[in-house]
Amino acid sequence: MPEDAPARRPFVVLRGLGRGESVTGWALVSPAVVLIGVFGLLPVLMSLQLSFQKSDLLTPETPWVGLENYRKLADDPVFVEAIKHTIIYTALFVPGTMLVGLFVAAALNRSVRFISVYRTAAYITMAVSTISQGIIFLWLTDRDYGLVNAALNAVGAPSQPFLASPSQALYVIVAMTIWGWTGFSVIVYLAALQGVPAELHEAAAIDGASAATRFRTITVPLLGPANLFLVVWLTINALQLFDEVYATTRGGPLRATTVIVYYLWDRAFVQFDAGYAAAMAYALFVVILVITAVQFRLARKHVHTS
Amino acid sequence: MTKLQLSDVAAAPVPTLAHSDAPPAPPARRRRWLPFSPWHLVLIPLTFLLIVPLLWMLVTSLETEGEANRFPPVLLPERPRFENYSEAWAAAPFGHFFLNSALVTLVVLLSNLVVCSLAGYAFARIRFLGRGALFVTLMATLMVPFQVTMIPVFLIVKWFGDNVWAGLGIDHIGALMLPNLATAFGIFFLRQFFQTVPVELEEAARVDGTSRLGVLFKIVLPLSLPALSTLAALTVLTSWNDFLWPLIVITSHDQMTIPLGLSYFQGAHRVKWPLLMAANVMSLLPMLLVFVGAQRYFVQSVASTGLKG
Repeated sequence: MPEDAPARRPFVVLRGLGRGESVTGWALVSPAVVLIGVFGLLPVLMSLQLSFQKSDLLTPETPWVGLENYRKLADDPVFVEAIKHTIIYTALFVPGTMLVGLFVAAALNRSVRFISVYRTAAYITMAVSTISQGIIFLWLTDRDYGLVNAALNAVGAPSQPFLASPSQALYVIVAMTIWGWTGFSVIVYLAALQGVPAELHEAAAIDGASAATRFRTITVPLLGPANLFLVVWLTINALQLFDEVYATTRGGPLRATTVIVYYLWDRAFVQFDAGYAAAMAYALFVVILVITAVQFRLARKHVHTS
Repeated sequence: MTKLQLSDVAAAPVPTLAHSDAPPAPPARRRRWLPFSPWHLVLIPLTFLLIVPLLWMLVTSLETEGEANRFPPVLLPERPRFENYSEAWAAAPFGHFFLNSALVTLVVLLSNLVVCSLAGYAFARIRFLGRGALFVTLMATLMVPFQVTMIPVFLIVKWFGDNVWAGLGIDHIGALMLPNLATAFGIFFLRQFFQTVPVELEEAARVDGTSRLGVLFKIVLPLSLPALSTLAALTVLTSWNDFLWPLIVITSHDQMTIPLGLSYFQGAHRVKWPLLMAANVMSLLPMLLVFVGAQRYFVQSVASTGLKG
């Protein structure tokens, strides 16, 4: 009998792993499949259907209008304006956040006393909700009583209207969101910097390379994957900017901060023009997919991921 | 006094015979002109600048309206006015906001941990019919921005409210939980981690007749606590600070979560800055405390969002 046991056991295990496991597998994934199916996959199809219809979200009649919604998009001056604002915002926010993040992370990448306190102070912006951020920056940049204007006056510069000005508001939102994303980008860069082997730096230093040269030739190339991740992630989030605009300018003044998602929300849930908004959402979806694909394609050429 | 710091000792190069002809380590470390690392002179102003917005919120929350409406600004209130907090608390149903946020976050968190663990384990370990195709299909939802799905999800949630239970429908906190009970990211993240758990441990238990569920709960999950904590941190942060979805489905004050309630409060007290800032501090406090307490997991959750995936 004892000799039989080892021969039989693998057979039992194999049977357990093979036949009958499909039922177990599907049973375990079924809650997730139902939830993601109903709230993640089904809406993608419904949204596509909606974009060919006219719907006010309330009445059950949703007549087909074909490509009408998409055709309207091209002729809608507010949409074109929203695209322009979104592009300007993204083009400033993404590199801005990366530069600030890299700078702060480089400063924090050393072992001095209280370094964990400094790091926590840098990370903490991550925990601040977008609405809190908006309220704080409205107050900081207040044209009459704001701290920023006090600082400007202190160095002899005149007060600025900031969020109350059509020509400045978008840039204030850029600065505000860079602050809000500092914690995130610092964490990413700090993790990447800590992965740079100290021996490489030491060897180069012995060969006489200056700190600046070492940063350019050793550190920067090794940051490639972190850069790629941040470019992709920050761009996706920049194209979806909404909360901070809602909390500060509500798209104004004079629509100067109306970005795509703000306009989309306004069309769908304020003006109840859901079909048109769905078409806008699909346009945004395609743009995000294309940009992400291009970024990965470019990265394959330039980023070393070994 | 010049005190040698532990970090300096750790960073000092170990002298070896092989490197005896190499130049000595940078001398700056030993010849100190300050009793502390000069880096503090960079780090203190830098981190101060980063938290100025938060400090200014705190200062303003303790000022009188007269002090707040002065220019140049009053940098420290004459006498901290704590009444701003009690007045803000009384001016809006903040108790409801906190309770709703806590309830929504708790339900979403528990559901995500359970549902994503079950699915993540199945995708990591069990060979079942259609596994590959199903996994790819679920992961594809990660690429879809929320704006594409939010209008139909609004209609679906409305349907649930009308046909299943009103508590899940529009203008109920159930509507805030329902669409977020499971995420493709959670499944992906846990699957990746489960694949690193040594399969031999599981096989031994399977031979002894333990069921798949038993193996998952008795062996795999206890070994996966770091991954579960990281996913938990990410889920809590996302759920607690979510704004757009609550804005779309909630209009009643007693169903609002904190970010939405704060936004409503802002609309009602537009230029009463001390009151607004007191409300802001109160609304931020729970998340800041959680963040500082579990910082390690929040840091890991950021790193794992993209760098590993």
